[in-house]
Amino acid sequence: MGLERLNPAGTAPGEKQVESRGGPILEMRGVSKNYGSTIALHDVNLHVANGEFLTLLGPSGCGKTTILRLFSGFETPTRGELLLNGQVINDIVPEKRKLNTVFQNYALFPHMTVRENVAFGLRMQKRPKDEINRRVREALHMVHLENLADRRPAQLSGGQQQRVAIARAVINNPLVLLLDEPFSALDFKLRKQMQFEIKHLQRQLGITFVFVTHDQEEAFAMSDRVVVMNEGYIEQIGTPKEIYEEPESLFVARFVGEINILEGVILEVQENNSYLAEVEGVVFPLRTRREFARGEKVRVLLRPEDIKIYHAHEVSAPSRFLQGRINESVYKGATVDVSITLDNGTKIQSAEFFNEDDADISYNAGERVSVSWVAGWEVVLDHAAE
Amino acid sequence: MLQNKGFRFFSITTVCIWLGVFALLPNMALFLVSFLDRTDTSFFIPVLTLDNYLRLFAPAFIRILLKSLALACVSTLTCLILGYPFAYLLARSNRRVRPWLFLLVIIPFWTNSLVRTYAIFTILQNNGVLNTLFNRLGLVEGNFSLMYTNFSVFMGLTYTLLPFMILPLYASIEKLNLRLLEAAKDLGAGPVRSFLHVTLPLTLPGIAAGSILVFLPSLSLFYVPEILGGINYRLLGSFIQYNFSKGANWPVGAAASTVLTLLLLLMAVFYRLAGRNEREGGAAALSAPGGQTAPARVERG
Ligand SMILES: Nc1ncnc2c1ncn2[C@@H]1O[C@H](COP(=O)(O)OP(=O)(O)OP(=O)(O)O)[C@@H](O)[C@H]1O
Ligand SMILES: [Mg+2]
Repeated sequence: MGLERLNPAGTAPGEKQVESRGGPILEMRGVSKNYGSTIALHDVNLHVANGEFLTLLGPSGCGKTTILRLFSGFETPTRGELLLNGQVINDIVPEKRKLNTVFQNYALFPHMTVRENVAFGLRMQKRPKDEINRRVREALHMVHLENLADRRPAQLSGGQQQRVAIARAVINNPLVLLLDEPFSALDFKLRKQMQFEIKHLQRQLGITFVFVTHDQEEAFAMSDRVVVMNEGYIEQIGTPKEIYEEPESLFVARFVGEINILEGVILEVQENNSYLAEVEGVVFPLRTRREFARGEKVRVLLRPEDIKIYHAHEVSAPSRFLQGRINESVYKGATVDVSITLDNGTKIQSAEFFNEDDADISYNAGERVSVSWVAGWEVVLDHAAE
Repeated sequence: MLQNKGFRFFSITTVCIWLGVFALLPNMALFLVSFLDRTDTSFFIPVLTLDNYLRLFAPAFIRILLKSLALACVSTLTCLILGYPFAYLLARSNRRVRPWLFLLVIIPFWTNSLVRTYAIFTILQNNGVLNTLFNRLGLVEGNFSLMYTNFSVFMGLTYTLLPFMILPLYASIEKLNLRLLEAAKDLGAGPVRSFLHVTLPLTLPGIAAGSILVFLPSLSLFYVPEILGGINYRLLGSFIQYNFSKGANWPVGAAASTVLTLLLLLMAVFYRLAGRNEREGGAAALSAPGGQTAPARVERG
């Protein structure tokens, strides 16, 4: 699972690109937020680079919406500072912040037409009439809604309402656009399409987007960087690739996809971040950038697609493999998902891709197999880390 | 399914018969009587005439009508101005305070309305509660009475009808999606402009409903002007009541009553116009049941 897989240099492309666009446009410094006795955010520090697409990802109730509402000004922090473009905005009312929000259920004004909805922000800024008309036309063109300008929101489909909400927000040229689970009301296909459109729009406009979702696939598909949150804490910030391949905690590893967790003990510390370890009773070489001492207990994390399964007759030295039996093997089209129970009881989930050279990936339930993984793609975490 | 149909048929029929017997029929009878003549010995005789309506053009009746309308307008406006902030508070108050605020609105209904009207009498009369209070505060020397004036009638109407303004306002403000106000703020509208551009238009149906519920009774409540305005104080309602009782002129009373009904119809039209906004626009956002609007769901491409 190492970075070597696609990018041997070890730096993610997204990161570089983002840094070259300048300093943070939006920042949280030591922000905590309590609602009565509930602590929604614990001492959060967050930088959003100018022009980036940043996604807040985490389970329900972890504080994603709270972060957006603090930025937009609908909530005030219990402690800490919020900065927009280098200036503290704690005491600035929402209507004066150069941020705009796309609300979860769009919050379109039901008594106004699409055109009036989109024009609202500019009208509040008291722009001249012809400028408003021109910019509304442009915004509607951008989201392909010119033909529906005189409809009311109730006369639009979910996807169309979504586009109105986006047009209504971006027409104000905000420094940052905040989007709170904007696709949650859309069906799967429309969701995919809107993901694509929003990503495209963000590139086209060059506006910074802070996007909230609890869908990791969506987060990965759209973002330059992902912030994984849990119970009011930030667990990890990184590019989608880093988050997926180099999770820093069990929580992140589990949240962003299926993962196998094996127990191990370091036997020998070698050069170049290499170790020898006993993993589920079998000695394996491990590679990790983390430092471990001899005798330290570790956890070895493996994505299902990194697991390799061998029929008993394919293996000449079975003592160098984990031994187990096939529980079941499920045909999934592009992959075959295999679940294995090791002899010591640990369960392993594997996803094998069809491969022309190696067509024999069908297994019978109960069949004995040998298991290992693609060397170097393991993630090794301290056993104590949660 | 069959049972359901049977129940629907039964309940709708019952309501129709009820309304037919107790509302439609009497109103039609009234309408008929308004075109009949009378004699000193019988309430009406079967002789057709337009006299009753012509008599409504007499300056005396026109004065009563105008005064009634003016007083109803002022009472309605006052109820709206007093009721809106209270209804807003009610709708936005937290769960613990709300029942108590509601109680304030509902308590008056526990007392007979005649008794409440007499209570106003004791407040406004010579040497009454207000008089005493002003004396004590040293604002006024001696006795004064506010009774038997336009003001006392206005007080009575406003006091009696305020809850009928507050309740529909509450219903429409409560229904208002708070995210819409946040959206308005987010787009740069301060408190005043979010109120004018979002809250007010979206609570218009509540304003219309409350206004009708106050305006019509202010025209037709007869005991309030009688008790607080005095024997000879006449508004439309007490004029009708007078003609059906002491005045013993049913046809003229019926004609005046028909005028009142016409006013009511006019206001119903006004209400439909105000409500159309919401039905067209807010149906989806406010989750319209049944779907009396079926918006065309056209997907692009
Ligand atoms: N107005 C509020 N009053 C009290 N508690 C609140 C309030 N808003 C949020 N919370 C609490 O703060 C925590 C974080 O909530 P938040 O809405 O930020 O979660 P979220 O990550 O957006 O979740 P979801 O994915 O379900 O939208 C939760 O425990 C929630 O119950
Ligand atoms: Mg949320």
